Amino acid sequence: MTMQGTALTGLLDTDRIRADFPILSRRLDGDRPLVYLDSANTSQKPRQVIGAMTAHYEQINSNVGRAVHQLGDASTQAYEVARVKIAAFINAPDASEVIFAKNSSEALNLVANTLAWAHGDYEVGVGDEVVITEMEHHSNIVPWQLLAERKGATLRWFGITDEGRLDLSQIDSIINDRTKVVSVVWVSNMLGTVTPLETIIRRAHEVGALVVVDASQAVPQFRVDVAALGADFVAFTGHKMVGPTGIGVLWGRAKVLDALPPFLGGGSMIETVTMQRSTWAPLPAKFEAGTPPIVEAIGLAAAVDYLSALGMDNVAGHEHAITAYALERLLEVDGLTILGPTEPVDRGGAVSFEIDGVHPHDVSQVLDSLGVAVRAGHHCAKPAHARFGVQSSTRASFYLYTTPAEIDALVDGIEQTKRFFKVGS
Amino acid sequence: MDMQALYQEIILDHYRAPHHAGLREPFQAEVHHVNPTCGDEVTLRVHVLDGVVEDVSYDAEGCSISQAATSVMADLVIGKKIGDAMEIHDSFVELMQSRGRVDPDEDVLEDGIAFAGVAKFPARVKCALLGWMAWKDATAKAVSDSEV
Repeated sequence: MTMQGTALTGLLDTDRIRADFPILSRRLDGDRPLVYLDSANTSQKPRQVIGAMTAHYEQINSNVGRAVHQLGDASTQAYEVARVKIAAFINAPDASEVIFAKNSSEALNLVANTLAWAHGDYEVGVGDEVVITEMEHHSNIVPWQLLAERKGATLRWFGITDEGRLDLSQIDSIINDRTKVVSVVWVSNMLGTVTPLETIIRRAHEVGALVVVDASQAVPQFRVDVAALGADFVAFTGHKMVGPTGIGVLWGRAKVLDALPPFLGGGSMIETVTMQRSTWAPLPAKFEAGTPPIVEAIGLAAAVDYLSALGMDNVAGHEHAITAYALERLLEVDGLTILGPTEPVDRGGAVSFEIDGVHPHDVSQVLDSLGVAVRAGHHCAKPAHARFGVQSSTRASFYLYTTPAEIDALVDGIEQTKRFFKVGS
Repeated sequence: MDMQALYQEIILDHYRAPHHAGLREPFQAEVHHVNPTCGDEVTLRVHVLDGVVEDVSYDAEGCSISQAATSVMADLVIGKKIGDAMEIHDSFVELMQSRGRVDPDEDVLEDGIAFAGVAKFPARVKCALLGWMAWKDATAKAVSDSEV
Protein backbone atom coordinates (compact mmCIF):
# COMPACT_ATOMS: atom_id res chain seq x y z
CA MET A 1 0.00 0.00 0.00
CA THR A 2 1.41 3.38 -0.84
CA MET A 3 0.63 6.87 0.36
CA GLN A 4 -2.16 7.32 -2.19
CA GLY A 5 -4.18 4.63 -0.45
CA THR A 6 -3.57 5.80 3.10
CA ALA A 7 -4.75 8.89 4.89
CA LEU A 8 -1.93 9.91 7.18
CA THR A 9 -2.88 12.22 9.99
CA GLY A 10 -0.62 14.28 12.19
CA LEU A 11 1.81 15.34 9.48
CA LEU A 12 3.42 18.77 9.53
CA ASP A 13 3.22 21.09 6.52
CA THR A 14 6.35 19.65 4.95
CA ASP A 15 6.09 21.81 1.81
CA ARG A 16 6.50 24.90 3.93
CA ILE A 17 9.14 23.34 6.19
CA ARG A 18 11.24 21.97 3.33
CA ALA A 19 11.45 25.45 1.82
CA ASP A 20 13.45 26.42 4.94
CA PHE A 21 16.08 23.71 4.31
CA PRO A 22 18.15 24.64 1.21
CA ILE A 23 19.96 21.29 1.10
CA LEU A 24 16.71 19.36 0.67
CA SER A 25 16.23 20.80 -2.81
CA ARG A 26 19.73 19.98 -4.09
CA ARG A 27 20.24 17.34 -6.75
CA LEU A 28 22.68 14.44 -6.55
CA ASP A 29 24.56 12.54 -9.25
CA GLY A 30 22.32 11.68 -12.19
CA ASP A 31 20.18 14.74 -11.35
CA ARG A 32 18.37 12.73 -8.71
CA PRO A 33 16.59 14.55 -5.89
CA LEU A 34 18.00 14.02 -2.41
CA VAL A 35 15.95 11.68 -0.22
CA TYR A 36 17.61 12.30 3.13
CA LEU A 37 16.79 9.49 5.57
CA ASP A 38 19.79 9.86 7.88
CA SER A 39 18.57 12.43 10.40
CA ALA A 40 19.37 10.27 13.44
CA ASN A 41 22.97 10.62 12.28
CA THR A 42 22.69 14.37 11.81
CA SER A 43 19.70 16.52 10.91
CA GLN A 44 19.70 19.14 8.18
CA LYS A 45 19.72 22.84 9.08
CA PRO A 46 17.13 25.49 8.20
CA ARG A 47 18.01 28.95 6.85
CA GLN A 48 17.00 30.40 10.22
CA VAL A 49 19.87 28.58 11.94
CA ILE A 50 22.42 29.19 9.21
CA GLY A 51 21.31 32.85 9.06
CA ALA A 52 21.59 33.42 12.81
CA MET A 53 25.14 32.08 12.78
CA THR A 54 26.15 34.12 9.73
CA ALA A 55 24.62 37.28 11.22
CA HIS A 56 26.58 36.79 14.42
CA TYR A 57 29.86 36.31 12.55
CA GLU A 58 29.15 39.31 10.31
CA GLN A 59 27.96 41.81 12.92
CA ILE A 60 28.76 40.73 16.47
CA ASN A 61 31.69 38.31 16.51
CA SER A 62 33.78 38.74 19.62
CA ASN A 63 34.85 36.58 22.55
CA VAL A 64 32.47 36.21 25.47
CA GLY A 65 32.74 37.00 29.15
CA ARG A 66 35.90 39.07 29.08
CA ALA A 67 35.85 42.00 26.65
CA VAL A 68 34.35 45.33 27.77
CA HIS A 69 33.89 46.65 24.25
CA GLN A 70 30.48 46.85 22.58
CA LEU A 71 30.98 43.73 20.49
CA GLY A 72 32.10 41.77 23.54
CA ASP A 73 28.98 42.84 25.40
CA ALA A 74 26.72 41.92 22.49
CA SER A 75 28.40 38.56 21.99
CA THR A 76 28.21 37.69 25.70
CA GLN A 77 24.59 38.76 25.77
CA ALA A 78 23.75 36.57 22.74
CA TYR A 79 25.60 33.58 24.22
CA GLU A 80 23.80 33.85 27.56
CA VAL A 81 20.42 34.46 25.91
CA ALA A 82 21.06 31.22 24.01
CA ARG A 83 21.57 29.42 27.31
CA VAL A 84 18.33 30.85 28.72
CA LYS A 85 16.39 29.78 25.60
CA ILE A 86 17.78 26.26 25.74
CA ALA A 87 17.05 26.05 29.47
CA ALA A 88 13.44 27.09 28.81
CA PHE A 89 13.18 24.57 25.95
CA ILE A 90 13.92 21.66 28.31
CA ASN A 91 12.23 23.33 31.32
CA ALA A 92 15.45 23.48 33.34
CA PRO A 93 14.81 25.03 36.77
CA ASP A 94 17.77 27.38 36.27
CA ALA A 95 19.79 28.42 33.20
CA SER A 96 23.04 27.97 35.16
CA GLU A 97 22.35 24.23 35.12
CA VAL A 98 22.77 24.23 31.33
CA ILE A 99 26.41 23.45 30.51
CA PHE A 100 27.55 23.83 26.92
CA ALA A 101 29.75 20.98 25.69
CA LYS A 102 31.00 19.85 22.29
CA ASN A 103 28.37 17.13 21.86
CA SER A 104 26.59 14.38 23.82
CA SER A 105 29.78 12.33 24.01
CA GLU A 106 31.62 15.14 25.75
CA ALA A 107 28.66 15.79 28.05
CA LEU A 108 28.58 12.11 29.10
CA ASN A 109 32.36 12.03 29.50
CA LEU A 110 32.13 15.14 31.67
CA VAL A 111 29.88 13.26 34.09
CA ALA A 112 31.84 9.98 34.02
CA ASN A 113 35.21 11.69 34.46
CA THR A 114 34.20 14.08 37.23
CA LEU A 115 32.60 11.14 39.07
CA ALA A 116 35.92 9.29 38.75
CA TRP A 117 37.65 12.27 40.40
CA ALA A 118 34.94 12.98 42.99
CA HIS A 119 35.35 12.58 46.72
CA GLY A 120 32.58 12.39 49.26
CA ASP A 121 28.95 11.60 48.49
CA TYR A 122 29.41 10.91 44.80
CA GLU A 123 32.70 9.03 45.02
CA VAL A 124 32.69 5.75 43.11
CA GLY A 125 34.85 3.11 44.78
CA VAL A 126 35.85 -0.55 44.69
CA GLY A 127 32.78 -2.79 44.80
CA ASP A 128 30.41 0.01 43.74
CA GLU A 129 28.29 -0.60 40.67
CA VAL A 130 27.53 1.39 37.55
CA VAL A 131 24.48 0.40 35.49
CA ILE A 132 23.93 0.96 31.76
CA THR A 133 21.96 -0.92 29.09
CA GLU A 134 22.80 -3.12 26.12
CA MET A 135 21.10 -0.66 23.74
CA GLU A 136 23.41 2.26 24.45
CA HIS A 137 25.35 4.16 21.83
CA HIS A 138 29.10 3.61 22.36
CA SER A 139 29.25 7.13 23.84
CA ASN A 140 27.19 5.90 26.79
CA ILE A 141 29.15 2.66 27.19
CA VAL A 142 32.83 3.50 26.89
CA PRO A 143 32.97 6.39 29.44
CA TRP A 144 31.38 4.09 32.04
CA GLN A 145 33.73 1.21 31.22
CA LEU A 146 36.60 3.65 31.77
CA LEU A 147 35.09 4.86 35.06
CA ALA A 148 34.59 1.28 36.31
CA GLU A 149 38.12 0.32 35.30
CA ARG A 150 39.68 3.37 36.94
CA LYS A 151 37.81 2.98 40.21
CA GLY A 152 37.56 -0.81 40.53
CA ALA A 153 33.79 -0.57 40.20
CA THR A 154 31.59 -3.16 38.48
CA LEU A 155 29.72 -2.35 35.28
CA ARG A 156 26.28 -3.97 34.97
CA TRP A 157 23.61 -3.60 32.34
CA PHE A 158 20.03 -4.27 31.36
CA GLY A 159 19.57 -6.63 28.42
CA ILE A 160 17.21 -6.29 25.47
CA THR A 161 14.11 -8.40 24.82
CA ASP A 162 13.47 -10.07 21.46
CA GLU A 163 11.06 -7.22 20.67
CA GLY A 164 13.82 -4.68 21.20
CA ARG A 165 12.61 -3.34 24.54
CA LEU A 166 14.67 -3.07 27.72
CA ASP A 167 14.42 -6.18 29.87
CA LEU A 168 13.64 -4.74 33.31
CA SER A 169 12.58 -8.09 34.85
CA GLN A 170 15.66 -8.06 37.13
CA ILE A 171 15.57 -4.34 37.90
CA ASP A 172 15.64 -4.77 41.68
CA SER A 173 18.82 -6.84 41.58
CA ILE A 174 20.56 -4.93 38.77
CA ILE A 175 19.95 -1.61 40.52
CA ASN A 176 20.82 -2.31 44.17
CA ASP A 177 22.38 -0.74 47.24
CA ARG A 178 25.83 -0.82 45.65
CA THR A 179 24.67 1.11 42.55
CA LYS A 180 26.18 4.60 42.36
CA VAL A 181 25.19 5.63 38.84
CA VAL A 182 22.59 4.52 36.30
CA SER A 183 23.10 5.87 32.77
CA VAL A 184 20.40 5.09 30.23
CA VAL A 185 19.48 6.07 26.72
CA TRP A 186 16.03 7.64 26.28
CA VAL A 187 15.51 6.77 22.61
CA SER A 188 17.73 4.09 21.04
CA ASN A 189 19.54 5.38 17.96
CA MET A 190 19.51 1.87 16.46
CA LEU A 191 16.29 0.16 17.61
CA GLY A 192 14.19 3.29 17.96
CA THR A 193 12.97 2.08 21.35
CA VAL A 194 11.78 4.67 23.86
CA THR A 195 12.90 3.39 27.27
CA PRO A 196 10.69 3.42 30.41
CA LEU A 197 12.75 6.04 32.22
CA GLU A 198 10.21 6.67 34.95
CA THR A 199 10.55 3.11 36.31
CA ILE A 200 14.34 3.21 36.11
CA ILE A 201 14.66 6.64 37.74
CA ARG A 202 12.31 5.65 40.57
CA ARG A 203 14.33 2.53 41.36
CA ALA A 204 17.69 4.30 41.04
CA HIS A 205 16.66 7.06 43.42
CA GLU A 206 15.30 4.47 45.85
CA VAL A 207 18.87 3.19 46.29
CA GLY A 208 20.44 6.66 46.18
CA ALA A 209 22.06 6.32 42.74
CA LEU A 210 22.52 9.19 40.30
CA VAL A 211 20.67 8.95 36.99
CA VAL A 212 22.20 10.10 33.72
CA VAL A 213 20.04 10.17 30.57
CA ASP A 214 21.41 10.14 27.04
CA ALA A 215 18.69 12.19 25.36
CA SER A 216 20.49 12.63 22.00
CA GLN A 217 17.58 11.15 20.03
CA ALA A 218 14.89 12.32 22.47
CA VAL A 219 15.26 16.10 22.64
CA PRO A 220 15.01 16.39 18.82
CA GLN A 221 11.85 14.30 18.67
CA PHE A 222 9.52 15.22 21.53
CA ARG A 223 8.95 17.71 24.33
CA VAL A 224 11.43 17.17 27.13
CA ASP A 225 10.85 18.50 30.63
CA VAL A 226 13.92 17.80 32.75
CA ALA A 227 12.24 19.08 35.90
CA ALA A 228 9.38 16.61 35.52
CA LEU A 229 11.68 13.78 34.41
CA GLY A 230 13.54 13.67 37.72
CA ALA A 231 16.93 12.48 36.40
CA ASP A 232 20.13 14.10 37.66
CA PHE A 233 21.79 14.64 34.28
CA VAL A 234 20.45 14.88 30.73
CA ALA A 235 22.82 15.01 27.74
CA PHE A 236 21.95 15.95 24.18
CA THR A 237 23.56 17.34 21.06
CA GLY A 238 22.70 20.29 18.82
CA HIS A 239 23.28 18.83 15.39
CA LYS A 240 20.49 16.25 15.61
CA MET A 241 17.87 18.95 16.37
CA VAL A 242 18.37 21.20 13.30
CA GLY A 243 21.23 22.95 15.10
CA PRO A 244 24.93 23.10 14.19
CA THR A 245 27.66 20.58 14.96
CA GLY A 246 30.17 21.36 17.71
CA ILE A 247 27.62 22.12 20.42
CA GLY A 248 26.04 19.81 22.94
CA VAL A 249 24.32 20.32 26.25
CA LEU A 250 24.65 18.78 29.66
CA TRP A 251 21.82 19.66 31.99
CA GLY A 252 22.60 18.71 35.57
CA ARG A 253 21.13 19.36 39.00
CA ALA A 254 22.95 22.34 40.51
CA LYS A 255 23.41 20.48 43.80
CA VAL A 256 25.29 17.64 42.07
CA LEU A 257 27.24 19.85 39.66
CA ASP A 258 28.38 22.02 42.58
CA ALA A 259 29.67 18.97 44.44
CA LEU A 260 31.63 17.54 41.50
CA PRO A 261 35.18 18.65 40.63
CA PRO A 262 35.81 20.52 37.35
CA PHE A 263 36.20 18.61 34.08
CA LEU A 264 38.63 20.69 32.00
CA GLY A 265 40.86 23.31 33.57
CA GLY A 266 41.65 26.62 31.88
CA GLY A 267 40.35 30.09 31.18
CA SER A 268 36.84 31.13 32.20
CA MET A 269 36.32 28.28 34.65
CA ILE A 270 38.23 29.83 37.53
CA GLU A 271 37.41 32.21 40.34
CA THR A 272 41.05 32.95 41.07
CA VAL A 273 44.42 31.41 40.22
CA THR A 274 47.70 31.57 42.10
CA MET A 275 50.82 29.57 41.33
CA GLN A 276 49.90 27.25 44.20
CA ARG A 277 46.21 26.63 43.58
CA SER A 278 43.00 27.72 41.93
CA THR A 279 39.38 28.04 42.89
CA TRP A 280 36.40 27.54 40.62
CA ALA A 281 33.87 29.86 39.10
CA PRO A 282 30.19 29.22 39.90
CA LEU A 283 27.98 27.27 37.47
CA PRO A 284 27.90 27.08 34.52
CA ALA A 285 31.37 28.62 33.96
CA LYS A 286 33.01 26.00 36.22
CA PHE A 287 32.43 23.41 33.47
CA GLU A 288 33.16 25.62 30.45
CA ALA A 289 36.92 26.03 30.22
CA GLY A 290 38.32 28.03 27.34
CA THR A 291 36.54 29.96 24.61
CA PRO A 292 33.23 28.16 24.20
CA PRO A 293 31.45 27.32 20.92
CA ILE A 294 29.83 30.78 20.89
CA VAL A 295 28.31 30.88 17.43
CA GLU A 296 27.25 27.24 17.72
CA ALA A 297 25.34 28.08 20.91
CA ILE A 298 23.63 30.92 19.07
CA GLY A 299 22.84 28.53 16.22
CA LEU A 300 21.39 26.05 18.68
CA ALA A 301 19.21 28.78 20.19
CA ALA A 302 17.92 29.54 16.68
CA ALA A 303 17.22 25.81 16.27
CA VAL A 304 15.27 25.82 19.52
CA ASP A 305 13.28 28.85 18.29
CA TYR A 306 12.56 26.98 15.06
CA LEU A 307 11.38 23.84 16.86
CA SER A 308 9.33 25.86 19.36
CA ALA A 309 7.57 27.72 16.55
CA LEU A 310 6.54 24.37 15.04
CA GLY A 311 5.65 23.06 18.50
CA MET A 312 7.42 19.98 19.83
CA ASP A 313 4.14 18.11 20.22
CA ASN A 314 3.54 18.65 16.49
CA VAL A 315 7.10 17.51 15.71
CA ALA A 316 6.45 14.37 17.77
CA GLY A 317 3.14 13.83 15.98
CA HIS A 318 4.84 14.06 12.59
CA GLU A 319 7.62 11.71 13.64
CA HIS A 320 5.03 9.24 14.91
CA ALA A 321 2.94 9.33 11.72
CA ILE A 322 5.97 8.97 9.43
CA THR A 323 7.46 6.18 11.53
CA ALA A 324 4.15 4.29 11.56
CA TYR A 325 3.92 4.63 7.77
CA ALA A 326 7.55 3.50 7.33
CA LEU A 327 7.05 0.46 9.56
CA GLU A 328 3.89 -0.48 7.66
CA ARG A 329 5.59 -0.19 4.28
CA LEU A 330 8.84 -1.91 5.32
CA LEU A 331 6.96 -4.84 6.88
CA GLU A 332 5.45 -5.51 3.42
CA VAL A 333 8.91 -6.07 1.89
CA ASP A 334 9.77 -9.76 1.45
CA GLY A 335 13.05 -10.75 3.05
CA LEU A 336 13.24 -7.62 5.19
CA THR A 337 13.61 -7.94 8.97
CA ILE A 338 13.22 -4.96 11.28
CA LEU A 339 15.52 -4.87 14.30
CA GLY A 340 13.57 -3.27 17.12
CA PRO A 341 9.89 -2.68 17.83
CA THR A 342 7.68 -3.13 14.77
CA GLU A 343 4.75 -1.29 16.37
CA PRO A 344 4.84 2.50 16.45
CA VAL A 345 4.35 2.52 20.22
CA ASP A 346 7.02 4.06 22.48
CA ARG A 347 9.15 4.26 19.40
CA GLY A 348 11.29 6.97 17.83
CA GLY A 349 11.89 7.69 14.16
CA ALA A 350 14.82 5.40 13.39
CA VAL A 351 14.22 2.02 11.76
CA SER A 352 17.10 -0.46 11.36
CA PHE A 353 16.66 -3.49 9.16
CA GLU A 354 18.32 -6.43 7.44
CA ILE A 355 17.66 -7.69 3.92
CA ASP A 356 18.22 -11.40 3.35
CA GLY A 357 21.24 -11.98 1.13
CA VAL A 358 22.39 -8.36 0.80
CA HIS A 359 24.89 -6.80 3.15
CA PRO A 360 23.86 -3.41 4.66
CA HIS A 361 26.78 -1.58 3.01
CA ASP A 362 25.68 -2.88 -0.35
CA VAL A 363 22.07 -1.89 0.37
CA SER A 364 23.09 1.65 1.25
CA GLN A 365 25.40 1.88 -1.77
CA VAL A 366 22.64 1.03 -4.22
CA LEU A 367 20.16 3.28 -2.37
CA ASP A 368 22.70 6.10 -2.60
CA SER A 369 22.93 5.65 -6.35
CA LEU A 370 19.16 6.33 -6.36
CA GLY A 371 19.55 9.45 -4.22
CA VAL A 372 18.34 7.80 -1.03
CA ALA A 373 20.73 8.55 1.86
CA VAL A 374 20.57 6.00 4.71
CA ARG A 375 23.17 4.77 7.16
CA ALA A 376 24.78 1.34 7.08
CA GLY A 377 27.01 -0.18 9.72
CA HIS A 378 26.83 -0.69 13.46
CA HIS A 379 25.58 2.88 14.17
CA CYS A 380 27.98 3.03 17.14
CA ALA A 381 25.85 0.37 18.85
CA LYS A 382 27.84 -2.85 18.41
CA PRO A 383 26.49 -4.58 21.55
CA ALA A 384 22.88 -3.98 20.45
CA HIS A 385 23.68 -5.49 17.05
CA ALA A 386 25.43 -8.45 18.68
CA ARG A 387 22.28 -8.99 20.78
CA PHE A 388 20.38 -9.65 17.56
CA GLY A 389 23.16 -11.79 16.12
CA VAL A 390 24.13 -9.34 13.41
CA GLN A 391 27.21 -7.29 12.75
CA SER A 392 25.57 -4.34 11.06
CA SER A 393 22.29 -3.07 9.70
CA THR A 394 20.80 -0.49 7.37
CA ARG A 395 19.06 2.37 9.16
CA ALA A 396 16.52 4.83 7.81
CA SER A 397 15.72 7.73 10.12
CA PHE A 398 13.20 10.50 9.78
CA TYR A 399 12.62 14.04 10.95
CA LEU A 400 10.25 16.95 10.72
CA TYR A 401 10.87 17.41 6.98
CA THR A 402 10.45 13.74 5.98
CA THR A 403 7.53 13.03 3.63
CA PRO A 404 5.56 9.83 2.96
CA ALA A 405 6.80 10.04 -0.64
CA GLU A 406 10.36 9.67 0.68
CA ILE A 407 9.36 6.49 2.50
CA ASP A 408 7.92 5.24 -0.81
CA ALA A 409 11.24 6.09 -2.51
CA LEU A 410 13.05 4.07 0.16
CA VAL A 411 10.83 1.03 -0.35
CA ASP A 412 11.14 1.28 -4.15
CA GLY A 413 14.92 1.53 -3.73
CA ILE A 414 15.01 -1.56 -1.53
CA GLU A 415 13.05 -3.52 -4.17
CA GLN A 416 15.52 -2.30 -6.82
CA THR A 417 18.42 -3.35 -4.58
CA LYS A 418 16.98 -6.85 -4.26
CA ARG A 419 16.61 -7.11 -8.04
CA PHE A 420 20.18 -5.85 -8.53
CA PHE A 421 21.60 -8.50 -6.21
CA LYS A 422 19.14 -11.09 -7.53
CA VAL A 423 17.60 -11.96 -4.18
CA GLY A 424 13.98 -12.54 -3.18
CA SER A 425 10.99 -12.17 -5.45
CA MET B 1 26.87 6.62 -9.82
CA ASP B 2 27.30 3.54 -11.96
CA MET B 3 26.35 0.52 -9.88
CA GLN B 4 27.27 -1.92 -12.66
CA ALA B 5 30.83 -0.51 -12.67
CA LEU B 6 31.11 -0.97 -8.91
CA TYR B 7 29.43 -4.34 -8.63
CA GLN B 8 31.01 -6.22 -11.55
CA GLU B 9 29.64 -9.72 -12.09
CA ILE B 10 33.04 -11.15 -11.10
CA ILE B 11 32.70 -9.45 -7.71
CA LEU B 12 29.18 -10.76 -7.18
CA ASP B 13 30.28 -14.28 -8.21
CA HIS B 14 33.08 -14.28 -5.64
CA TYR B 15 30.68 -12.84 -3.03
CA ARG B 16 28.11 -15.59 -3.58
CA ALA B 17 30.72 -18.38 -3.64
CA PRO B 18 33.99 -17.24 -2.01
CA HIS B 19 37.13 -19.23 -2.84
CA HIS B 20 39.34 -20.76 -0.12
CA ALA B 21 36.89 -19.72 2.64
CA GLY B 22 36.97 -21.39 6.06
CA LEU B 23 39.80 -21.73 8.60
CA ARG B 24 42.28 -24.54 7.98
CA GLU B 25 45.36 -26.18 9.54
CA PRO B 26 48.29 -25.99 9.39
CA PHE B 27 49.16 -22.30 9.75
CA GLN B 28 51.99 -20.26 11.25
CA ALA B 29 50.08 -17.07 11.88
CA GLU B 30 46.49 -16.00 12.48
CA VAL B 31 45.29 -12.41 12.56
CA HIS B 32 41.97 -10.72 13.19
CA HIS B 33 41.33 -7.47 11.35
CA VAL B 34 38.37 -5.15 11.80
CA ASN B 35 37.20 -2.19 9.86
CA PRO B 36 36.23 0.00 12.83
CA THR B 37 33.98 2.36 10.89
CA CYS B 38 31.69 -0.30 9.44
CA GLY B 39 32.39 -3.38 11.56
CA ASP B 40 33.56 -5.71 8.78
CA GLU B 41 35.76 -8.45 10.24
CA VAL B 42 38.11 -11.12 9.00
CA THR B 43 40.06 -13.83 10.80
CA LEU B 44 42.80 -15.00 8.48
CA ARG B 45 45.48 -17.71 8.64
CA VAL B 46 48.61 -18.05 6.57
CA HIS B 47 50.68 -21.17 6.02
CA VAL B 48 54.13 -20.50 4.57
CA LEU B 49 56.59 -23.20 3.51
CA ASP B 50 60.04 -22.60 2.00
CA GLY B 51 59.18 -19.02 1.07
CA VAL B 52 55.95 -19.98 -0.64
CA VAL B 53 52.40 -19.10 0.44
CA GLU B 54 51.09 -22.64 0.80
CA ASP B 55 47.64 -21.72 2.07
CA VAL B 56 45.47 -18.77 3.05
CA SER B 57 42.29 -19.59 4.93
CA TYR B 58 39.80 -17.19 6.46
CA ASP B 59 36.51 -16.56 8.15
CA ALA B 60 35.09 -13.22 7.05
CA GLU B 61 31.96 -11.23 7.68
CA GLY B 62 31.25 -8.15 5.67
CA CYS B 63 29.91 -6.56 2.52
CA SER B 64 30.16 -7.97 -1.00
CA ILE B 65 33.25 -5.90 -1.79
CA SER B 66 35.24 -7.05 1.26
CA GLN B 67 34.16 -10.67 0.86
CA ALA B 68 34.92 -10.81 -2.85
CA ALA B 69 38.27 -9.03 -2.47
CA THR B 70 39.37 -11.54 0.17
CA SER B 71 38.35 -14.41 -2.11
CA VAL B 72 40.26 -12.95 -5.08
CA MET B 73 43.27 -12.25 -2.86
CA ALA B 74 43.42 -15.89 -1.74
CA ASP B 75 43.25 -17.02 -5.39
CA LEU B 76 46.10 -14.68 -6.30
CA VAL B 77 48.58 -15.41 -3.50
CA ILE B 78 48.19 -19.12 -2.81
CA GLY B 79 51.08 -21.02 -4.42
CA LYS B 80 53.12 -17.86 -5.04
CA LYS B 81 56.53 -17.02 -3.59
CA ILE B 82 56.09 -14.46 -0.80
CA GLY B 83 57.98 -11.78 -2.75
CA ASP B 84 55.81 -12.28 -5.86
CA ALA B 85 52.65 -12.25 -3.75
CA MET B 86 53.76 -8.97 -2.12
CA GLU B 87 54.18 -7.45 -5.59
CA ILE B 88 50.61 -8.43 -6.46
CA HIS B 89 49.52 -6.89 -3.15
CA ASP B 90 51.32 -3.67 -4.06
CA SER B 91 49.64 -3.57 -7.50
CA PHE B 92 46.23 -4.06 -5.94
CA VAL B 93 46.81 -1.34 -3.33
CA GLU B 94 48.02 1.01 -6.08
CA LEU B 95 44.88 0.30 -8.10
CA MET B 96 42.67 0.94 -5.06
CA GLN B 97 44.37 4.25 -4.27
CA SER B 98 44.28 5.48 -7.87
CA ARG B 99 40.75 6.96 -7.70
CA GLY B 100 40.24 5.19 -11.02
CA ARG B 101 43.23 6.70 -12.84
CA VAL B 102 45.30 3.49 -13.14
CA ASP B 103 44.57 0.81 -15.76
CA PRO B 104 44.86 -2.55 -14.04
CA ASP B 105 47.11 -5.25 -15.49
CA GLU B 106 45.04 -8.41 -15.92
CA ASP B 107 48.16 -10.58 -16.13
CA VAL B 108 49.05 -9.54 -12.59
CA LEU B 109 45.68 -9.01 -10.93
CA GLU B 110 43.48 -11.53 -12.81
CA ASP B 111 39.94 -11.27 -11.27
CA GLY B 112 41.31 -8.37 -9.19
CA ILE B 113 40.84 -6.04 -12.17
CA ALA B 114 37.11 -6.14 -11.44
CA PHE B 115 37.81 -3.87 -8.46
CA ALA B 116 38.95 -0.97 -10.67
CA GLY B 117 35.47 0.54 -10.27
CA VAL B 118 35.71 0.37 -6.48
CA ALA B 119 38.59 2.86 -6.58
CA LYS B 120 36.07 5.54 -7.64
CA PHE B 121 34.13 5.05 -4.39
CA PRO B 122 36.53 6.25 -1.67
CA ALA B 123 34.27 5.00 1.13
CA ARG B 124 34.51 1.44 -0.22
CA VAL B 125 38.28 1.23 -0.82
CA LYS B 126 38.85 0.12 2.78
CA CYS B 127 36.38 -2.73 2.17
CA ALA B 128 38.44 -4.02 -0.76
CA LEU B 129 41.67 -3.77 1.24
CA LEU B 130 40.54 -5.46 4.47
CA GLY B 131 41.51 -9.02 3.44
CA TRP B 132 44.72 -7.88 1.77
CA MET B 133 45.86 -6.00 4.89
CA ALA B 134 45.10 -9.05 7.02
CA TRP B 135 47.10 -11.27 4.65
CA LYS B 136 50.08 -8.91 4.66
CA ASP B 137 50.04 -8.73 8.45
CA ALA B 138 49.71 -12.51 8.89
CA THR B 139 52.44 -13.21 6.36
CA ALA B 140 54.83 -10.79 8.07
CA LYS B 141 54.10 -12.57 11.37
CA ALA B 142 54.55 -16.01 9.81
CA VAL B 143 57.90 -15.00 8.29
CA SER B 144 59.26 -13.32 11.44
CA ASP B 145 58.20 -16.30 13.57
CA SER B 146 59.95 -18.76 11.28
CA GLU B 147 63.15 -16.66 11.45
CA VAL B 148 63.25 -16.80 15.26
